[in-house]
Amino acid sequence: MIEAHGLTKVFQDRKRGEIRAVDRVSFRALPGQIYGLLGANGAGKTTTLRMLATILQPTEGTARVAGYDVVQEPEKVRQHVGFLSTATALYGRLTAEEMVAYFGRLHGMEENALRARIEELFTTLDMHSFRDRRCDKLSTGMKQKVSIARTLVHDPPVMIFDEPTVGLDVMTARTIVGFIRDCRARGKTVIFSTHVMSEAEKLCDTIGIIHNGTLRAEGTLAELQRRYNETDLEEIFIRVVEQPA
Amino acid sequence: MTLRNVLIVYRKELLDMMRDRRTLFATLVFPLVLFPLLSTGFAKLSEMSLEKTRREAQRIMLLGEEHAPELAARIRADEQFDVVAPEANFREQINEKKLRAAVEFPPGFQASLEQGAPAPEIRIYLYQTELRSEAAAERLEAIAREYREQVVGRRLASRGFSAALLKPVETRREDVARAEQVAGMRLGRLLPYFIILLCASGALHPAIDLTAGEKERGTLETLLASAARRIELVAGKFLVVLTLSLVTTLLALGSFAYSVLYLQRGGSGASETFTVSAGSAVLVFALVLPVAVLLSGVLLALAVFAKSYKEAQSYTGYVMLGVLLPAIGSVLPGVEINPVTAWVPILNVSLVAQEIFTGSFPWLSIALVLISSCVYAALGLGLAAWQFNREEVLFRA
Repeated sequence: MIEAHGLTKVFQDRKRGEIRAVDRVSFRALPGQIYGLLGANGAGKTTTLRMLATILQPTEGTARVAGYDVVQEPEKVRQHVGFLSTATALYGRLTAEEMVAYFGRLHGMEENALRARIEELFTTLDMHSFRDRRCDKLSTGMKQKVSIARTLVHDPPVMIFDEPTVGLDVMTARTIVGFIRDCRARGKTVIFSTHVMSEAEKLCDTIGIIHNGTLRAEGTLAELQRRYNETDLEEIFIRVVEQPA
Repeated sequence: MTLRNVLIVYRKELLDMMRDRRTLFATLVFPLVLFPLLSTGFAKLSEMSLEKTRREAQRIMLLGEEHAPELAARIRADEQFDVVAPEANFREQINEKKLRAAVEFPPGFQASLEQGAPAPEIRIYLYQTELRSEAAAERLEAIAREYREQVVGRRLASRGFSAALLKPVETRREDVARAEQVAGMRLGRLLPYFIILLCASGALHPAIDLTAGEKERGTLETLLASAARRIELVAGKFLVVLTLSLVTTLLALGSFAYSVLYLQRGGSGASETFTVSAGSAVLVFALVLPVAVLLSGVLLALAVFAKSYKEAQSYTGYVMLGVLLPAIGSVLPGVEINPVTAWVPILNVSLVAQEIFTGSFPWLSIALVLISSCVYAALGLGLAAWQFNREEVLFRA
């Protein structure tokens, strides 16, 4: 489960001064469900997810991820989280297997358990044919599979996806979408950010619309449609971001 | 911080680095070939150049030869010169390097000598700063000097005096320095400078690749999302940079030792030999280790600040300059180890290593340098760790 309480992140910029990238964001994501953070570029999605993954520290507020506090126990949080984004690239000079094994070890896995888990993942994701190939020699689809295996190697109960399909072709994006659905089916808590309305409509059990760092609206698709008397998510989104904060 | 995670990061980064061609070249190939190339290559080149100069007779011109037949005959007899017929445009020929020098004998030169009167001045025309022209002029002056001494000797003898009257006092130089001290002063002055430069050059590429390189390739965020603490990540990366810096230095020193042995066996004509005792080598290594720590830490800290590989290269370029200046300072005359220079990073190790290579062990200075270097090393390492914990540095847009 993820429980965010007044998450706030302030950056200091020499030219622009203080920037509140995320301002008092609170929400709850449940196991076996997908929580979608919908927002335009620069809305604060990535910063929110980076705080949940403890890559960034909140300026104010906190969150509990898989029962651990992101401020007090960041290492515990990361041990229970799988984080995937377009910015999380692979080490080109490592093979697919070395890449997955490296992160398994960093997550504290013992060697025997790690070997068994790699075999399981490589079979599930059909990766045996390129397990010894260097990551910089892999196709985009193969790279995505390695990234998925890397996020799943320690079998985390919480999955965080930051715009995971941006820049991917249709087939590779479908693999990712299928993977996100599979995580939900396995009872994991899934949070994912996107600015693509159709993705949010198809995948999310709960949608949170974020704009200028604040969470402006939240609910299931049906709840949002009722509240704004609108069926099209894009129209709902526009109305939400245009209303005064 | 757990040692397990530090070692996991260390092993992975080392493997990653060893698969990078640039690192392999900078760490293994370059230091191995540097000194053999410098020593054998340059020795061969200078030998070839000397041989060529020896084989080539230097073209000179004698103007007014009839006024000084004796001296002219001596010059003609010298194998070094190829005397060509006089021409009016000798100045142009010297300028165009077709002629190395010209000698002009004034009228009445020989007659003045025979009368015992002071002879008029001989002029030697040359191209100043042109090495072969200067060499020719020097040789011509030497022949004239020998001739003068002979004339003076003849004059004294004709008056019944000995030529020894001209040299009432004689001096002779005798070198009392041990052969290894002579060699130590020559090689030992340069060696610390090379060691420190090699430490920096060995650390440079890995420091950039493991930080700015990660940012550029987008793997830094992947790594930060792992369960390892940042201090474990930076410690693992730091140890790799330090390892490669020391490997580069040791390989280069090995190749240096081989080159020195090669030159000594090759009969370079030098009577002195350069030897370093095992104790001195260990002591210098103990002094260089904190310098390598300092350089690795500072380079990591600077490189992680950069957004890209290219930006990191420009920042670290200043570090290399900062390393060069004190290292060069250590070979300047008059700069010695004292309680003040012992606190100047890099310069202190360079100076004290020179002392050790020449066979003297100023223990107080050595201790002071070791303490100050360890302080700077801790600061360098702390700087790298601090930078790695700054979000504004890691996610600098």
